[in-house]
Order: sequence, then C-alpha cells, then structure tokens
Amino acid sequence: MSTQTPTPTAAAPRPGRARRRRAVSLAVQAAILVLALAALALVVDWTTLAENVFNFAAVAPMFPNIVLVGLGNTLFYTVTSFVVGLLGGILLALMRMSSFAPYRWLATAYVEFFRGVPALLVFLAFGYGVPFAFGVTWPIPVVVMTALGMVSAAYIAETLRAGLQAVPRGQMEAARSLGMPHWRAMVTIAIPQAFRIVLPPLTNEVILLTKDSSLVYVLGLAAHEYELTKFGRDGISALDAGMTPILVAGLCYLVITVPLSLLARRFEARSSRKVS
Amino acid sequence: MTTQQTPAAPASVVDAAGVTITGLNKSYGTNHVLRGIDLEIAPGEVVCLIGPSGSGKSTLLRCVNLLETPESGTVRVGEFTVTDEDVNLDALRQHVGMVFQQFNLFPHLTVLENCTVAQTKVLKRSTAEARAVATRQLARVGLAELEDRYPDQLSGGQQQRVAIARALAMDPQLMLFDEPTSALDPETVGDVLSIMRHLAEEGMTMLVVTHEMGFAREVADRVVFMDGGVVVESGPASAVIADPQEPRTQDFLRRVLNPTEVDI
Repeated sequence: MSTQTPTPTAAAPRPGRARRRRAVSLAVQAAILVLALAALALVVDWTTLAENVFNFAAVAPMFPNIVLVGLGNTLFYTVTSFVVGLLGGILLALMRMSSFAPYRWLATAYVEFFRGVPALLVFLAFGYGVPFAFGVTWPIPVVVMTALGMVSAAYIAETLRAGLQAVPRGQMEAARSLGMPHWRAMVTIAIPQAFRIVLPPLTNEVILLTKDSSLVYVLGLAAHEYELTKFGRDGISALDAGMTPILVAGLCYLVITVPLSLLARRFEARSSRKVS
Repeated sequence: MTTQQTPAAPASVVDAAGVTITGLNKSYGTNHVLRGIDLEIAPGEVVCLIGPSGSGKSTLLRCVNLLETPESGTVRVGEFTVTDEDVNLDALRQHVGMVFQQFNLFPHLTVLENCTVAQTKVLKRSTAEARAVATRQLARVGLAELEDRYPDQLSGGQQQRVAIARALAMDPQLMLFDEPTSALDPETVGDVLSIMRHLAEEGMTMLVVTHEMGFAREVADRVVFMDGGVVVESGPASAVIADPQEPRTQDFLRRVLNPTEVDI
C-alpha cells in the first residue's frame, strides 16, 4: 500500500496535496471493503445460509398469526405498560420535586431500586414470585403491565424531572408576575415547554419498552398471549427453516421501532428549534 | 429632597398606584443584600434605581411583587400590603406589571397568545376581549403585524416590546422594569426606551432598574442611587445625576458616564 506519508515538518500543506491525500484515503477504505466482501463471498456457504437464515418460503405458516397475534400482543404489552409507566412516572416526578422531604426520599429510593435491578427479575417477581408468596395469579397482561410499567416509571420520572427543570426559571417568574397561581403557571407555561423537551426521550422509552416486552417470554404463555419473541422461538422448533423465524420476529420489531426512532429524531429537531 | 410630588400627567389614562417601602431587609445566607430600605413612590411617579451591580437594586424591585420575600419591613402597593402574611399575592400581581432583563416571553406561544394567556386565565376575560386588548397593546408598541410570530422569530428589542405589551394588557397600576435594555443590541435600545417614555407620560407609576443614565435624566421624576444594600442618595434626576452630593454617587456616575476617563 502506497500511502504518501506527509512530512510532519511540512508547514500548511497546499490544497492540491490535501485533496490527493483525501482521495488516497477513500481508495484505501473502498479497497478494504471490496476485499472483505470478496472473502465473505468465498467463505460463506450460500446454500446453507439461504436455507437456514433467509428461508422465507418455509416460514409462511407463521403468518398471519405472528402479525395478528404476535405483533398485536407486543404492541398491546408496550402500550399498556407505557401508560402505567407514564402515570407512575408523573407521580414519582412530582414526589421527587415535593417540598415534603419524605416524598422525595421515597421517590428517590424507588427510582434507584428499579433502575438498578434487571427488568427480567421484576418479571419473575410478578410472574412467579407473587403467585408463590401470596397465592394470587395475575393474568399475563396485568403482569406485563405491572412489571414493565413499574420499571419504566423509574426512568420516565427522571426524564420528566429533568424536562421540568430544563424550563428556565424566568418562565415561572414571568407567569407568576402576571398573577397566575403556581398550579396555573405549571399547567399553562412550564409543563407544555417541558413536554416538548421530554418528547424525544419519552419516544426512546417506548422503543425500549417494545423490546423489553419480549421478557414476558420467560413466563408461561397461552397461545393467544404469544408475542413476537415467543413466535420466533417456537418457529425454530416447529418449522424447518433454521433461524429464519428469529429473523422474521426481529423484522417485526423493526416495523415498530424504526418509525418510532424516526419520530424521535423529528421531535428532537423541532424542540431544539422552538425551545430557546 | 425625598418626596418631590410629581404633577400627575394631565390626561392620565392610568389608574396608577403608589408604593411605600419601609425598613426593608433581605439576606441570602450571610449576604445582607437590602439593609433597611425606605422608599416612597407617588402614584404616577417614575423612579429610576441606579447603582453598581450587587447593590440590591434588582432585589428591591423583586420584593415589590414578592418574587423575592423580604425578611423584615413592609411593602405597600396601592391598597395591598404586599408583606402581609395573608395578602392575595395573585390579585396583587395582576395589578403590577413586570418586565425582565431576559424578556421571559413564553416560547411555546405566539406573540398574541403571550399577550392574551394571562388575561383569559387570570382576569377571566373572554377570548374576543383579550384579543382586542392584546392587539391594542401590540399596536401601541408598534408590533401589531407580528402577532402570529413566535418569540424566537423576533429580535431582542421586539421581544422586549412584546413583553411590555404583555404586561400592559393586564391594565397594571404599577410597572416594574428590571434592566429592560441590558440584554439588547444597542440599536434596539431606543425603541424600548421610547415606549417606556410614552408610558411615563401617560401617568403610569414606574420603578425602573437601569444603567441608561440618559433615560433616567430625561424621564425619571426621581433617581435613587443604591450601593451596598442602602439608599445612598435620592432626589430629582437633574440633581442626582448632574450634581451628586455623596462621594459614592459621584464615583459611580463618573465611571458610568465617562468609562474611558477613569483613573486606575
């Protein structure tokens, strides 16, 4: 490889030289990529790959249930736990900003606990722990809603608190000096601005919830409660398509998460423009 | 030379309130910011507070509508005793307009909405009435044609004029200005000051913290020089600015009026 090593002593290389160096750098990068692809093409057994990873013909029996039931349930688990998480998060955020210290301690302890333990453990607690300890078995949707909702409430609380605190102090002062009571100033002035600030991180939270809803897989599910991950896992044993079912399940997740992530980026661009 | 009664503007369109401050004290921790301030402002009077930064001017201003809570002393605005435990603070603030150094317009609302939101939510005016009042005030500050813009689409001077219109839309009896031109580009300062001058001519009671000595000299009925949390000197603008008696006032004015001629 012939890289022009520029002499370190050379003061301010002329523009022509800089352009040539950039061209060489691009050529080298392209060459590496071509070589890597060529090596891959030689090494990979394409027939096996097609049969075991991209065998879309063989996974036809997964449809339409993976969409109607699997995707449907994933969405349902996500939305319900987000609702629980948002309500809990609002409550916790208010507690963390309360002037009554014990509320702040409680909320801080809650947030630290649920951000610090794995979500899987919380699923096991509500799916198996609670039935064992108290003899009550909750329906699966309630378990998901509770477990995932409680975990995300901790994250959402922090997001909301940060959002409210990001609204400049002068906003509340201006609102109060116009005669608005504290609650009115919060509702009309501070919260709408905070909402704009927290919209991107909240969208990301929904993406995380979508993926974490797969944890329900560790609980015993009835057929009508299957979500995407369960469909993918069962497809491996039921169909002779190698790991294609997993790939299909993965693509189904992307159907939800990619638009959400585009949306989050949109919100980000908008809020950085509006909030001065 | 403290109570110089001003001839209230002949065609007073404002139902102006006076302010009485007695023995006002305020500390932040060990920092004693206001040390027993006494100040009387007659209805319709324009008082400019001048002094070095950290002298307590802004804190004094913010004690008048209780954005800061004083430790002791009393503040009376019209019939309200601001420092009274059970004063209706929101009712008081409806009558006291405030203009901030950083404008503090609501960025998520249009110019018009900035001027109507408190009217409808606080004064319970109808949308139509609030709109009419806001449009009138915006026309007064020369920005009627910008009512659909958002604050971030305006220049600093325009934002400050909207902030004045927003305060005036509440029909205040007293206006507080906290360094209203300090964050502005030099070429937009004049617009804001001329609006304030008009307001003064209409008979509004105004308490203005400012570094604009020209404005203080021409518009203020009285200039109050503060330093170290006390009123050092107070009197007619012509006297305090042109012929200060106290050494601290003389020193401050020399620095402000001739920044290049100060010996170091």
